[in-house]
Amino acid sequence: MTRFVLGRIGFSTLIAVLLAFFTIPLLWLVTAPFTSDPSYEVKVPDFTWDNFQAVVEHPYALPSLYNSLILSVGTAVLVVLLAALAAYALSRVRLPGRDALLYALLLLSSIITGTAAMVPLFQLAVELNLIDSQLGLILILTGGLLPAAIFMLKDFMDSTPKSYEESARVFGASPLQIVRHVVVPVVRPGLATIAVWSLANVWGNFLMPYLLLSDVEKQPAAVITYTLYTEGGQANLSMLSTFGLLYSIPVVLMYLFVSKKYGFRFHGGIKR
Amino acid sequence: MAAIELRGLTKVYPGGVKALDSLDLDIPDGEFFALLGPSGCGKTTLLRTIAGLETATGGAVVIGDRDVTGVQPGGRDVAMVFQDYALFPHMDVTDNIAYPLRIKKVAKGARREKAEEVGARLGLERLMDRRPGQLSGGQQQRVALARVMATQAQAFLFDEPLSNLDARLRLEARTFLKKLQRELGVTTVFVTHDQAEALAMADRMAVMEAGHIRQIGTPAEVFQRPANTFVAGFIGSTPMNLLDGAVRGDTLEVAGCKVSVPASAEGRLTGGEKIVYGVRPEYMAYSAGPAEGALSGKVAIVENLGASHLVTLDVNDVLVQAVVPEGSEPAVGDDGHALPRRDRALVYRDGELV
Ligand SMILES: Nc1ncnc2c1ncn2[C@@H]1O[C@H](COP(=O)(O)OP(=O)(O)O)[C@@H](O)[C@H]1O
Ligand SMILES: [Mg+2]
Repeated sequence: MTRFVLGRIGFSTLIAVLLAFFTIPLLWLVTAPFTSDPSYEVKVPDFTWDNFQAVVEHPYALPSLYNSLILSVGTAVLVVLLAALAAYALSRVRLPGRDALLYALLLLSSIITGTAAMVPLFQLAVELNLIDSQLGLILILTGGLLPAAIFMLKDFMDSTPKSYEESARVFGASPLQIVRHVVVPVVRPGLATIAVWSLANVWGNFLMPYLLLSDVEKQPAAVITYTLYTEGGQANLSMLSTFGLLYSIPVVLMYLFVSKKYGFRFHGGIKR
Repeated sequence: MAAIELRGLTKVYPGGVKALDSLDLDIPDGEFFALLGPSGCGKTTLLRTIAGLETATGGAVVIGDRDVTGVQPGGRDVAMVFQDYALFPHMDVTDNIAYPLRIKKVAKGARREKAEEVGARLGLERLMDRRPGQLSGGQQQRVALARVMATQAQAFLFDEPLSNLDARLRLEARTFLKKLQRELGVTTVFVTHDQAEALAMADRMAVMEAGHIRQIGTPAEVFQRPANTFVAGFIGSTPMNLLDGAVRGDTLEVAGCKVSVPASAEGRLTGGEKIVYGVRPEYMAYSAGPAEGALSGKVAIVENLGASHLVTLDVNDVLVQAVVPEGSEPAVGDDGHALPRRDRALVYRDGELV
C-alpha cells in the first residue's frame, strides 16, 4: 500500500517537473513583457506598458515583423502554387523514373537549406545579384521547401480518386475548369497544410536571412531578435520578452484559425 | 438521342494488355443495352473508350452519324455514371446536379431551377442541400443519375451503377432505372458483371470475354440459345449442364445414358462425332421412376432455392443438375431420373452452338 502511494507520489512529481520544464518558459513569455524590470525568473507582473512602448519606438522592431510577414507570405504563396502544379502533374501523369526523381529532390532539399550549402548559396546569390534582396531570399527559401511540399501534396493527390476529374471532363470541363472547380477544392486541406507549414518555417528561419540580408531594414524578426542587447552587451530582457511575445502571437493565431477551419492537428501528417 | 456504332474498335494499354480486340457493335437509338462479362473482360475499357476517356488504338466510334473517334470527351455529348458515382464532395446535391449546366454557361437561376426539377423527379427534394458524404448509397446513386439527366446528352453510359448498393436496394434500383430509361428514351449502355441484372434490365445485351464479344441478342435469345459454351456457362443463376457426349446413330450418348437429339440440332449431326450436350436445370423434368431418354443416377446433393430445389444427380460419375418444384424433392441417395426437354436442350460442337 505504502509502496503504491509512494509510487503515485513519485510519478506525479516527475510529471510536475516535466510540465514545469515546458510551462515556465511560456509563463515567462506572457508575464515578463508586463513587468517593469524583468529578470530570468517568473514574477507576478505589475502590468506596465512601458516595454511595449520601447518596442514600438525601436527603429527596427516593428518593421522587422512586417519583413517577416513579406518573406513568409511570399514564400508560402510560391510554394503552394508551384507545389500544387508539380504535385498534380506528378500524380496524374505516368513518367518513367518519377519516384526516383521525387526521392532525389527530397534528399537534395535537406542539403540546400542546410548549413552545408551556406557558402555556395551565398556565392550564387552574389553572382545573380540577389544578395540583400527579399525577392532573392524568397526564391531560395521556396527552393528549399518545394521538394518536401511536392512530396506531401503528391501523396495527398494520389489518394483522391481520378473519377472526379474524369467525370467533369465528360461533362465538357476544360483542364483549367477542372483544376478550379474540382481539384483545388478537393485538395484544399492539403494546400492549407502546406501553406501553414511554409509560413511557420520561414517565420522561424534565422540562418538564411542572417546570411543573405545585410541591410538591417530588410531583416525579419528572427534576425532582429538577435540584436536586442543593452549598451552594456547584456541581453535586453524587457525588449526580448516583449518582442518575443509579439513575434509568436501571429503563429499561434494562424494555427488556431486553420485548425478550427479544417479541423486537423499538426502531428506531421495531412488529414484526409 | 443517338445511335452508337463501334467499328473494329481496338484498345491496347501501354504495357501490352489488349483490352478490346477489334470489336463491332451497333446500338440503335433509344435502346437500353447491357454489356455483360466477367471481371477484367474489358467492359469498363469499352465504356471509357466510347466516352473518350481512353483513346482507341484502332477502329472508330460513331455516335449519331458523327465519327467521334478523335473527339475529346466533352465534345461527344455523352454522359457517364462512374462506378463510384464521382459526386463532387465539396458541392451540395443542387450544385452537383447543376454542374454540367454550369459548364454549359447556363445562368445560375436557370440551372438551380433545372436541378430542382430533375432532383424532384428522382425523389431528392429534401436532400438538395446535403453534401454527398451525408447521403446513403442509394441516394448517391440517384444524385448521379439526376446529374446525367441534367446534361440532356445523346447517350448515357453507366459503369456498374448498382454494384455499390446492398442486395435489396439493388432490386429496387433495377426497376427504377429501367422505368426511368423507358421514360427518357435515351440510348443507354449499361455495364455489369451480374447476369441476372443484364437479363432483367436490358432490351439487348452483349456478352464479353477477354476483349471479344461472344454473343449479342435479346435477354431471351441469350438465355435460351447461348451461342457458345462460354455464354452458356455464364448466363443463368443456376449454371447450365454442359456434358461431354457423342453422336450414336440417331441418338446421343451422354454420361453413359441415351438421350434424344434436341430439336434444334436435328439433321445437323454426323454419326460418331464428339459434342457437348447443354441443358438448363430448369428445363429438366425430374422423376423418381425411370423414363425413356432420361439421365439416370443417384441423388448426391439437394439445395433449397426457396420455391424449388436444385437436385444434383451423380450419373456415372458425371454431375447433372435439375430443378425440382417444392414438395416433390427427393432425399440424398435416392435413385433419380432427369429428362431434358427436347425443345430446350442444345448441342455444341467445338464450343459453338449447332
Ligand atoms: N489503365 C490501364 N492500364 C493497363 N491495363 C489496364 C488498364 N485498365 C484496365 N486494364 C486491363 O484491361 C483489362 C480490362 O479491364 P477493364 O476494362 O477494367 O475490365 P472490366 O471492367 O470488364 O472488369 C484488364 O486486363 C485490366 O487489367
Ligand atoms: Mg469494370
